Amino acid sequence: MSTQTPILEMSLTELVDGIHQGNLQADVVSQTYIDQALAAKENNSFLCYSDTADLAKASLEHKEKPLAGLPIAHKDLFCTQALPTTCGSKMLAGFMSPFDADIVESTADAGAVLLGKTNMDEFAMGSASENPHFGPVLNPWNHGYVAGGSSGGSAAAVAARMTPLATASDTGGSIRQPAAFCGVTGFKPTYGSISRWGMVAYASSFDQAGPIAKTALDCSYYFDIVNRPDEKDTTCYSAARKATYPALQAISENADNALKFDQLTIGYLPTWLAHEGLDAGVRESFEKTKAEFEAKGAKFVALELPSLHYALAAYYILAPAEASSNLSRFDGVRFGHQCENPQSLEDLYKRSRQEGFGFEVKRRILTGTFVLSEGFFDAYYKQAQKIRRLIKNDFDKAFKQVDLILTPTTPTTAFPLGSAQRDPVEIYLQDVFTIPANLAGLPAISFPSAPAKGMPVGMQFMGQCFDDEKVLAATHLYQTITDWHKASPLAQTSEA
Amino acid sequence: MQWETVIGLEVHVQLATASKLFSSARNQFGDTPNSNACAIDLGFPGTLPVVNKEAVRMAAKLGLALNAEVAPISHFDRKNYFYPDLPKGYQVTQAERPIFSGGIVEFEVNGVENQIKLHHAHLEEDAGKSIHGITPGFSGIDLNRAGTPLLEIVTEPDFRTAEQASAFLKKLHTLVQYLEISDGNMAEGSLRCDANVSVRPVGQKEFGTRTEIKNLNSFRFIEQAIEYEVARHIHVLESGGQLVQETRLYDPDKNETRSMRSKEDANDYRYFPEPDLLPVIVEQALIDELKATMPELDNQKKKRYVNELGLSDYDASLLTTDVAIAHYFEAVLATAGNDQAKAAANWIQTELLGGLKKRELKLSKNPDETPVKPVQLANLIKQINEDVISNKIGKGIFDTLMDSPREEDNAVDLIIDEKGLRQNSNTDELKGFVDEVINANQNQVEAYLAAPVEKRQKMTGFFIGQLMKKTQGKANPKVLNQLLAEKLQSLEG
Repeated sequence: MSTQTPILEMSLTELVDGIHQGNLQADVVSQTYIDQALAAKENNSFLCYSDTADLAKASLEHKEKPLAGLPIAHKDLFCTQALPTTCGSKMLAGFMSPFDADIVESTADAGAVLLGKTNMDEFAMGSASENPHFGPVLNPWNHGYVAGGSSGGSAAAVAARMTPLATASDTGGSIRQPAAFCGVTGFKPTYGSISRWGMVAYASSFDQAGPIAKTALDCSYYFDIVNRPDEKDTTCYSAARKATYPALQAISENADNALKFDQLTIGYLPTWLAHEGLDAGVRESFEKTKAEFEAKGAKFVALELPSLHYALAAYYILAPAEASSNLSRFDGVRFGHQCENPQSLEDLYKRSRQEGFGFEVKRRILTGTFVLSEGFFDAYYKQAQKIRRLIKNDFDKAFKQVDLILTPTTPTTAFPLGSAQRDPVEIYLQDVFTIPANLAGLPAISFPSAPAKGMPVGMQFMGQCFDDEKVLAATHLYQTITDWHKASPLAQTSEA
Repeated sequence: MQWETVIGLEVHVQLATASKLFSSARNQFGDTPNSNACAIDLGFPGTLPVVNKEAVRMAAKLGLALNAEVAPISHFDRKNYFYPDLPKGYQVTQAERPIFSGGIVEFEVNGVENQIKLHHAHLEEDAGKSIHGITPGFSGIDLNRAGTPLLEIVTEPDFRTAEQASAFLKKLHTLVQYLEISDGNMAEGSLRCDANVSVRPVGQKEFGTRTEIKNLNSFRFIEQAIEYEVARHIHVLESGGQLVQETRLYDPDKNETRSMRSKEDANDYRYFPEPDLLPVIVEQALIDELKATMPELDNQKKKRYVNELGLSDYDASLLTTDVAIAHYFEAVLATAGNDQAKAAANWIQTELLGGLKKRELKLSKNPDETPVKPVQLANLIKQINEDVISNKIGKGIFDTLMDSPREEDNAVDLIIDEKGLRQNSNTDELKGFVDEVINANQNQVEAYLAAPVEKRQKMTGFFIGQLMKKTQGKANPKVLNQLLAEKLQSLEG
């Protein structure tokens, strides 16, 4: 990589290497991002910042550690003792957690400094990050458009070069969809990889933390740092982790044992490409990506996964069901929003929750309560669980045939601000390509491909469970031959 | 009409784990409110449960002791409802796949052997406690109990009398203490029970409408509550009324049950599998280990006491109902030897248990923490057997130790020496005392000699009393009796 690349356009791994090798000053790098984070404030991607006065100095103390004192942002559903954790909700406005999330702890231990907490859809429910309490996140490529969600703040912060990396969470696409909308790389690891301790739950059996950064290489580097067993989360698998980064490094170094294009058999789903909601520009971008892979020798296989037809329906039963229960603890009794002058216990519950939760959260709590209620449980929840198993079976079959499955991340590019309120089902359709990976617990990534009408487009790789390395390596391989991931909204602004 | 009563029980056993079912907070009753509640127990955002392996172990242990089928795979579910003492808004319990199924509890009622089948037992977390009346207009919440591990044992509707139900509960109370899985302290709620009660005409197969009586926490209450409820059912039915399926609360002060909520008011708990936890796996290795280390239970002990120690059925029952008594008893025998079983049993029943009760003390689980240590009692029995002290002096020493316990194993010997309690068996010396007493009480001597033989025995008591006073109770009663008898004999015509 050229040394002339401005600090803001350098990837996390380039910054770390530069600092470790003494070519870059940790405090200078830190201050450069802090300045940009404050300069780009109006995109509303941050809900709060750390006290930025001392951050650059703090960075110097960590320059020899794996994250070299880089300023990193956490999505505001990761518990931090240093800053409030609101989940983008009035319900938790000003809430101070008594402990750090496991990912927050491992990030700090690796020598990152906490830049701030990023905006999001309330309790991670949504695909636009148009937060009803704290305002919408603006897409750095065009402030008239949404950043996607629910990790819109994290994606926008990385796209706007306010931080080299931000954490995010993915329950139905919340890492990948905003990454696609904002033109950055977002990785959702295999379910159970990074501990959920301290990540405020939306739907426990789907929620998975992961990074949003400029490149797959950055995601891999960071993933290895925070991916570790955790006794506090029994759904976090206990086996020792194998680092993914060496496989990607081998590609960078063109080593003999490195993954090659002609070793890849990639599945694709013709029925998805025929999806009526699929934007022509996105379809074109997909065809182009496929062609780029094929040109280098990768094989493509058309797949039919019939159960995926029901994925969206199953997800919007199971996730709200879990959410309705997970969010019961916000009752105004011990923490969070409490209504004024409650007249009775019931009044306390009703008004605290009525005032504290936004519309979409209420809608999902009600949906979830309904599908779990007596007389409907078998018809909805149980059926959806069966579909979930069928989807897992379909994927298991597919991955006997192919290494990875390539799809567009989203049917469309970012939509204009305010349009999300129109029709919830249309918005839920945003997740149609991302949800299957959550239902089956698969690792999946969204990476920038050829843009459409000046707005970023994201492609998605899905891999078999625990094939995180392959998902990351194939994406890195692609990013060594293309420059889509280098496109920067800052360059666009300066050109304009 | 003749009515038959049908009763089923749901017994909540609080497991005596060091920490809670899903957190590392202390599982301890009676501490400062909310001092044993961590972020997990408070349901803080971002917290996750981790299953306490010891609780699973304890549940499996009881399952094996009752010949139940311990599930190799069980799982937790969420029971959703709002209440201030339920921090998460749901209780984590096992609704679909409990930790064990089946099993049989055997116990005696008035000498008749009873068998009650269990339906299943499931693990669940307890809720906290609401405390009313501290601040006007507000309720307090103590979350120390929130997350405490409970094992809920559900029986088949096999009981026909209230007496059976309370005997069953007593048996369970004994068992959990033998297995060391619960302290069984009913006053502190470690063992509490709900009773499902219905009646039906004798010979009818279908069950009648049932009511559930909640939170019965003493053997007496459970019996009274069921009896009250059965009488109420029969009264309603015989006066042409209809019973409502409902939950009722027993008021021990008034000895009556009151309606709490009807079936229609019941919550829809929206059970679903707890997604924060993996299934609970009980490996065969654990089963094998638990079987191999299963302690001797009350039934086995009782049999052994009768067959090998020669105790009566009554004594054996009394010594084995409470495992702490059995442990104490066996510790005494360990020093005194098995041939002292009957003596040890007597001392324990009358002096030890009576003495503890009088002082409002409880028998400790650890025999050595008893005011009179087992080795001390064994020594006391030995000294009496060897005529070093009299039985009466022995009881005095026992009382002394009860009031001011001593650490030394040979405390009994020390007390005998310190207080000079050694029995006086010196015939010459005692002869002198006998002479003195006879000389000083000529009137009584004459009365004695004039009395018919059958009244004389009683009259010698006076002389013994005088002699004991003279010797400060230390005279060997056997020798003394002998000498007195000889003396009186010699005065006969």
